Amino acid sequence: MIHFVVHDEHDSVGVVVVEGVKAGQDLAGWIMDQNKDLKIKALNDIPIGHKLAIRELKDKDTVIKYGVDIGRTVAAIKLGEHAHVHNIKTKRW
Amino acid sequence: MDLSKATFQGYKRENGRVGVRNHVIILPVDDLSNAAAEAVAHNIKGAMAIPHPYGRLQFGADLELHFRTLIGTGSNPNVAAVVVIGIEDGWTKLIVDGIAKTGKPVVGFGIEQHGDHDTILRASKVAKEYVQWASELQRETRPLKDLWVSTKCGESDTTSGCGANPTVGNAFDKLYPHGTTLVFGETTELTGGEHLVAARCRTDEVRKKFQFMFDRYQDVINRHKTSDLSDSQPTKGNILGGLTTIEEKALGNIQKIGRKCLIDGVLDKAEEPTGPGLWFMDSSSAAAEMVTLCAASGYVVHLFPTGQGNVIGNPILPVIKICANPRTVRTMSEHVDVDVSGLLRREMSPDDAGDKLLDCMFRTANGRLTAAEALGHREFVLTRLYESA
Repeated sequence: MIHFVVHDEHDSVGVVVVEGVKAGQDLAGWIMDQNKDLKIKALNDIPIGHKLAIRELKDKDTVIKYGVDIGRTVAAIKLGEHAHVHNIKTKRW
Repeated sequence: MDLSKATFQGYKRENGRVGVRNHVIILPVDDLSNAAAEAVAHNIKGAMAIPHPYGRLQFGADLELHFRTLIGTGSNPNVAAVVVIGIEDGWTKLIVDGIAKTGKPVVGFGIEQHGDHDTILRASKVAKEYVQWASELQRETRPLKDLWVSTKCGESDTTSGCGANPTVGNAFDKLYPHGTTLVFGETTELTGGEHLVAARCRTDEVRKKFQFMFDRYQDVINRHKTSDLSDSQPTKGNILGGLTTIEEKALGNIQKIGRKCLIDGVLDKAEEPTGPGLWFMDSSSAAAEMVTLCAASGYVVHLFPTGQGNVIGNPILPVIKICANPRTVRTMSEHVDVDVSGLLRREMSPDDAGDKLLDCMFRTANGRLTAAEALGHREFVLTRLYESA
C-alpha cells in the first residue's frame, strides 16, 4: 500500500494520497520518476493531499518539488513533519 | 492506444469545421436582452439561451473582447444555428455579421421600438425553424485531426499534479502527432514554471510572444495586488487540498501539456488558432472564464482535471472531468467522468490513465453527455478587462 508519493528523488516533500494518516504512523512512499520505494514515520496527523518533508529542512531553505523550486521555508521542518502554508511561503509576488 | 486511424462522429459545418454537439442558441448581446432570450428558449424546446451580465457601455479592448467572445461562441461548430437578441440594432448586427461569416444560419433582433413581446414572438418563430432544421442534421465519420481539444484544470490539489493533470498530458502527447488543434492557458497559474513553458515553445518568436503575454498579466497582478495573492492564488480550496504556493500549483498545472508536444503558437483571449498544434491562450485561471474563452476560440471538447472537485460545465463545450483524488471520487462521484485514482495506488500506469481519458473523449465527441451536461452546468462567464464607461 502507498501512503504518499514523491515526484522526483531530489524533492524535499512528498504528497499524502490516503485519508487518515496519524502521527507516529509508518508510511510507505513511492518516488514516481525513479520508481523507487521510501519509508518515513509521520510526525503529525496529515490530511490527504497535504505534504510531508522527506528530508530535514532548515528555516529559509528552498523547497523542491517536481525537481523545481516551489518556495522557501519560514521555519525548520523535520523529516516526516506536515509541510504546508504554516512553514512554506512563495518567493513570488 | 493507436490513434493513426482514429475517427469520431461529428457535425460538419458550412465552413468545414466539425462540431460534436448540435445546439441552437439564443444569444443575448447584453444583460438587458437576457429576459427575451430566455423567453424564446422557454417557448422553443431544443433551443438554449446563454444569458450573461455584460455588454453595455464597454469600450476599447474590453469591448473588442466582448464582441470576439460572443461571435466566437456563435461561430463554434458545436452550434448549428444562432438567434441573436440585443437591446438595439447596431451591436446586434455586428454580432450577427461576425457569426454569418461561418455560413451557418443566424438572425438578429433589436428590442428597441418593438418591446419584449414582439421581439420574443418574431425570434421564437425563427428559433422553431432552426431547431427543426438542426434536428435533421446527421453526424458523419471524421478524422481525429478535425477535433479541437482544450484543457484547463480547477479546484486543483496535490493529486492534480501527480495524477489528473499528467493524465491530460499523456493524452495531449498522444493527440499532438495526429494534427489535432490543442490549447492550454491560465497565465498566472504558470508563475514559477514559466521558464519551463518558455523552453517548450517551438520558435523564438513564439517564446517572445508567450513572454509578452506572461509579463502583461504579471503587470496586472502587481498593479492591483494588496499584499501578495495568498488568498487567491492558490485558492482557499487549493490550500485545503494541500497546495502551498503558486509555484507548486503552476508546476502541477504544467503537467497538462505532457512531456513531448511543443507550443506552436500564442493566442490572445478568445482568438481563433490558425492551424493545428498546441496553442497557449492568454487567459484567466478562473475555470468558467477560461472554458468560456476556449469555446469562443472554437474548441469542441474540453479536458478538465480537478482535485477537490470543481463542478463546472459550459453551455456549448462538453467538459470532461478527470480526478485522481480518492476522496473526491467517493464524495462527488456524480461529477467525475474519468476516475484515475488508481494512479496514486500504483494500480494504473500513466499510459493506462491517458488511454482511459482518450476513450472517454471519443465517446463524448460521439455524443455521450458529460457529467456536467447531464447535471445542467452551463457556466458562461465573460472575461472583463476593466470598468465600463
